[in-house]
Amino acid sequence: MATAAIAESSAAPHGEHTHYTTTGLENRKIAMWTLIGSECMIFASLISTYLVYKGRSKVGPWPHDWGCKTSAIVGKTAAAVQAAGCAAADVMKPVLDIPITSQSTFVLLMSSLAMVLALEGVENHGKPGYDRWYKGSRFWLAMTALMGAAFLGYQAYEFTSFVHEGLTIRTNLFGSSFFTLTGFHGTHVAVGVLWLVSLLAIDMKRGLKGATDVLLVDIAALYWHFVDVVWIAIFTLIYLIQ
Amino acid sequence: MSDSAAIVDRAHADHKAHPTWKQYKWVALWLTVITAVEVWVYYTPFRESPLFAPTLLAMSAAKFAIVVMFYMHLKYDHWVFRRLFVGSLVAAMGILMALLFLFSKLKIG
Amino acid sequence: MASSAAPAPAFAAAPAATGQSGLWSWLTTVDHKRIGMLYLWTSLAFLFVGGTEAFILRLQLAHPNGQVVSAEVYNQLFTMHGTTMIFLVVMPLSAAFFNFLIPLQIGARDVAFPRLNAFSYWVYLFGGIFITLPVFFNVAPDAGWFGYAPLTTNQFSPGIHIDFWVLGLQILGVSSLAAAVNFITTIIHMRAPGMSMARMPMFTWMSFVVQFMLVLAFPAITIALFFLQFDRFFGTQFYELAAGADPLLWQHLFWIFGHPEVYILVLPTFGLVSEITPTFSEKPLFGYNVMVFSGILIGFLGFGVWAHHMFAVGMGATADTIFGIGTMLIGIPTGIKIFNWIATMWGGNLRFTVAMKFAIAFVALFLIGGVSGVMHASPPTDLQQTDTYFIVAHFHYVLFGGSVMGIMGGIYHYFPKMTGRFLSEKLGNWHFWMFFIGMNLTFFPMHFSGMLGMPRRVYTYDAGQGWDTFNLISTIGVVFQGIGLFVFAYNFLKSWKGEKNAPGDPWSAGTLEWSIPSPPPEYNFAQLPIVTSRYPLWDIKHPERTAELRHSDPDTAVVAEAHGVPMLEQTETRTAKALGIPMPFPTIKPLFAALFMVMLFASLIFLHTASLQVAVVSMIGTTLLFIGAVYSWLTSPLE
Repeated sequence: MATAAIAESSAAPHGEHTHYTTTGLENRKIAMWTLIGSECMIFASLISTYLVYKGRSKVGPWPHDWGCKTSAIVGKTAAAVQAAGCAAADVMKPVLDIPITSQSTFVLLMSSLAMVLALEGVENHGKPGYDRWYKGSRFWLAMTALMGAAFLGYQAYEFTSFVHEGLTIRTNLFGSSFFTLTGFHGTHVAVGVLWLVSLLAIDMKRGLKGATDVLLVDIAALYWHFVDVVWIAIFTLIYLIQ
Repeated sequence: MSDSAAIVDRAHADHKAHPTWKQYKWVALWLTVITAVEVWVYYTPFRESPLFAPTLLAMSAAKFAIVVMFYMHLKYDHWVFRRLFVGSLVAAMGILMALLFLFSKLKIG
Repeated sequence: MASSAAPAPAFAAAPAATGQSGLWSWLTTVDHKRIGMLYLWTSLAFLFVGGTEAFILRLQLAHPNGQVVSAEVYNQLFTMHGTTMIFLVVMPLSAAFFNFLIPLQIGARDVAFPRLNAFSYWVYLFGGIFITLPVFFNVAPDAGWFGYAPLTTNQFSPGIHIDFWVLGLQILGVSSLAAAVNFITTIIHMRAPGMSMARMPMFTWMSFVVQFMLVLAFPAITIALFFLQFDRFFGTQFYELAAGADPLLWQHLFWIFGHPEVYILVLPTFGLVSEITPTFSEKPLFGYNVMVFSGILIGFLGFGVWAHHMFAVGMGATADTIFGIGTMLIGIPTGIKIFNWIATMWGGNLRFTVAMKFAIAFVALFLIGGVSGVMHASPPTDLQQTDTYFIVAHFHYVLFGGSVMGIMGGIYHYFPKMTGRFLSEKLGNWHFWMFFIGMNLTFFPMHFSGMLGMPRRVYTYDAGQGWDTFNLISTIGVVFQGIGLFVFAYNFLKSWKGEKNAPGDPWSAGTLEWSIPSPPPEYNFAQLPIVTSRYPLWDIKHPERTAELRHSDPDTAVVAEAHGVPMLEQTETRTAKALGIPMPFPTIKPLFAALFMVMLFASLIFLHTASLQVAVVSMIGTTLLFIGAVYSWLTSPLE
């Protein structure tokens, strides 16, 4: 085994057009995993800040509780806030919208499925059965990008409605840390959509096939799934747990 | 690593075959089911229980692991990738936990 | 092994490939060796900037009630001295060696991503200029190198001073991160046959650890800086105490980065010294495995001790105890390293070249800094010492006595390999002694002035507190250092133009980089070497030195010889083209990508100096340019 490996690597050191590598892996894949490791720290810092500042805001709106525009009253229900002396017109409802966010979470999860199918399409390009449109990479790349864009649409809707309810990035610590954290994630999704659209453009132009293109899509897929995984954590830690 | 291991590594590089649609559909189904349970639990009285947060964290961790292992192929790929990711993840979780303790968001005992 | 004690080959200049000279070739280069040289020149230029700042600081403090600069200017100077020395001098000096040495030491023809490597350098250069220029216009950052928020928020630091610092550090972070990803991939992936992890030269090993620290530590400061940026530019409330913010948030996030940063600054030097010492002791590094392991342990523990910078804020007994113990634990692997360097020299055939003198001085001076570090690892002791000149003494022993002295040793050691020319040993001796005497004169008295209560970061002090003499001695020491620096500059510039008489292996060293001509040809290795032990070159030339080391399986060695491979000392002088080795094309695109990215960050300044419209237009414009540059870069073939 070792013998063969050495012979292969050294017999023709001149003029070989593939570079020798220690592991036989792909440079760009190692780099992407390293980058993902770094991104883990980025999001850990953002999430820690959100959690550290949870419940420290001086004014509403609050993520899970009812509040009052004119005072610091907080309560579990609208009635509780009013009972504590808040005028009905000043009552602020909790801003987090679980039904809407559950939908966007589902969309992002499904986009990951579309992504693996796109990769499968590239890997099996030209094989029997993969020439049908619903098995090919173009369809699934487009679906992934579309679902990513839909997620961004949900986020835009969410952000606008928060602003209408009086929560901006400047309102309180919750607003600052919430918009920054989810905004960072949204930016990652946007970069991912741009990336997927670029891949789709290449696919339309010349077709994605062969080992090099598999790698190209594989790396984008790693990035995309990572963005998905981060959202899994955010959804639980920020939206569901109070 | 032994002397020839680095050289031989090359021959081992081609990793186990990635899963296909047959597994992916189950993975997607599991992810959907767990998410549905998460959201459902949110609307039940269980939300007030002290076990609510740990339960949700466990479900979230399960989803996280499923995506990383199957969609990102970490279960099948080269050990280098696994180490790169798990190492960073452990560091990130450690920092997160330490900060929560330091800011008294978590308490020992 | 193949041959023994072959005479050094007659040196033939490495061939000049097309476009190897002239300004354009430097702007478009993707050769790791030339990028390393760019790092070296740039960081040495910044060394003069940072050194001048220090000199003015010391002039101001030479006597009580000094009048050299105003308090405002003093604040800018000490902030920029720290920022410059850490981010623009020591880190990029290490990067110069990462670039130049890592591929050579592991037997690779370049780094994994040559163009990303060029990008890292240009981001560093433009970022460095961006953060340094305001010094000349009296608007330099002025809140300390660690920029504690809320001090750095708009409320307490109005104006654009801090804007430059926040954005500048953000830019430099991109450079470090890109480089780190690149080197991790290179080291994992591009080692020559037989170069197992257990045979990697110690410099590459320590660099490997450092790259992981960069990848994992920089995100914390990146996020802390984003918060500050958003607070300053968009009105968020992360550091707004009135809104309920915690004043310790910045400190924690900053030091989660800041403490690993200390090891990021010093571990590469550990590596360099571990290359110099065995060479000039003519025996292998003592305790290689333990050295590797303690390096990893330092990197690992380095992440768990950040709060020892914050004992004075009152974190409570539990946190203080944990971080205090953790800090003392780091002393163990560091101590092991010190003993191993001494054991490497023990019984060796010592040659006291300038490089070796710097390396030995490094061991001694770093030890002093390490011992004072263990002193304030204890929270009660730290409360006495924190924010005094004792701390200044401590970290200068670590960073000047440690990092800078070690890196200087590295420059004397590797200059022949980089340029094919020797630095003058005579001038080098002057340089060494001026630095050694000067640095001890400057920083040792600071232990005393600190113990007598002199606080850091004060622009002046009254007479009669027992600090006068110590301060005067410190200032005199800086004069010595200044002379040393100019001797070095003269030596460097003179030798750069001097006679090309360095052979491939001028010091009789054992690692791969010495097996090829000086300076190496663009492709480094005409034939990829097969590595047989930790000191492959000694296996050929001085088998007696490596007799006790573990060597390849007989099988591997036989195969290697059968293929005529262990032609370790390469004298190949043909061009890459003639040899059929594919080389990456030179390209200007990384430079433009870096330029547009820096301009994007810089556009934010318009929010405070011009109008919202100008800032938005400028940001959108530069973003589009940046994306365009990146697309154009990614769609052009590498080689």
